[in-house]
Amino acid sequence: MQRIVLAALSGGLFGAGLLVSGMTDTTKVQGWLDIFGAWDPTLAFVLGGAILPMLLAWHMTTKRAMSLVGEPFPAKPDPRLGHNLVIGSVLFGAGWGLVGLCPGPAIASLSWGGTGGIAFILAMIGGMLIARPIRLQIDRLAAI
Amino acid sequence: MIETDWIWGLIGGLMIGMAAAIFLLGNGRIMGASGIIGGLVDRTGLGNWAERVAFLAALIVVPALMLPLYSVEVSTNITSNLAVIIAGGLLVGIGTRLANGCTSGHGVCGISRFSLRGIVATVFYLLAGGIAMVLFRHVLGVI
Repeated sequence: MQRIVLAALSGGLFGAGLLVSGMTDTTKVQGWLDIFGAWDPTLAFVLGGAILPMLLAWHMTTKRAMSLVGEPFPAKPDPRLGHNLVIGSVLFGAGWGLVGLCPGPAIASLSWGGTGGIAFILAMIGGMLIARPIRLQIDRLAAI
Repeated sequence: MIETDWIWGLIGGLMIGMAAAIFLLGNGRIMGASGIIGGLVDRTGLGNWAERVAFLAALIVVPALMLPLYSVEVSTNITSNLAVIIAGGLLVGIGTRLANGCTSGHGVCGISRFSLRGIVATVFYLLAGGIAMVLFRHVLGVI
């Protein structure tokens, strides 16, 4: 039960932060990415602001053995980068630029995003479903 | 006017970081939106489905409840071009699962722990987003 409450608290605060920061507005995101247009630096403030509490949080994980619910903290990620990290990030960035939405803001704006917002979420879910066969195909090609 | 947007960006950013801190220190998990959704979609994360559903439900409901606080109508200003929306959604879905993360997981949670993977992913999706703007807005004029 504690896990569920904490997850809801986190999700709710995440959604509120996305709305307050302006990141659910596609023109602000595209304004940040469009360095040759009317460049909008807001996203730098959002990312910088979000990293600050997390610097402290990661530091706190070194001081205690377990999370509040008794789960261990996430292990250090595999230091190897791999082709999928780069290919995936390039594809994600292209889609993010095209529409101005990434997964968090797409879900957060569901209640006011209209049919366009719903279409984006459905396409994103479709993409997530076909990602595994695509990954297998890429890995096969990379092994040649 | 523009400066006000930066301040709201910083305040909202701090809220996003605190949300990630709650998920990390509370549940011992990385707050990555694409991972939380993707684990339900491709059934790899059904082991803790309840906390994923609770996170996503609150992510939808809380901003919805905040809308009356705004005097102007809140809009995503999303394009009306359905082909662009579908292409963008597919790319975001495939890309975030291949890369195992998006702006929240790699950007917020990864950079703050000085993870090389998070930093490299962020550099590549920012570059790709910038190139997409040049190509699709300034060269082809489709967005």
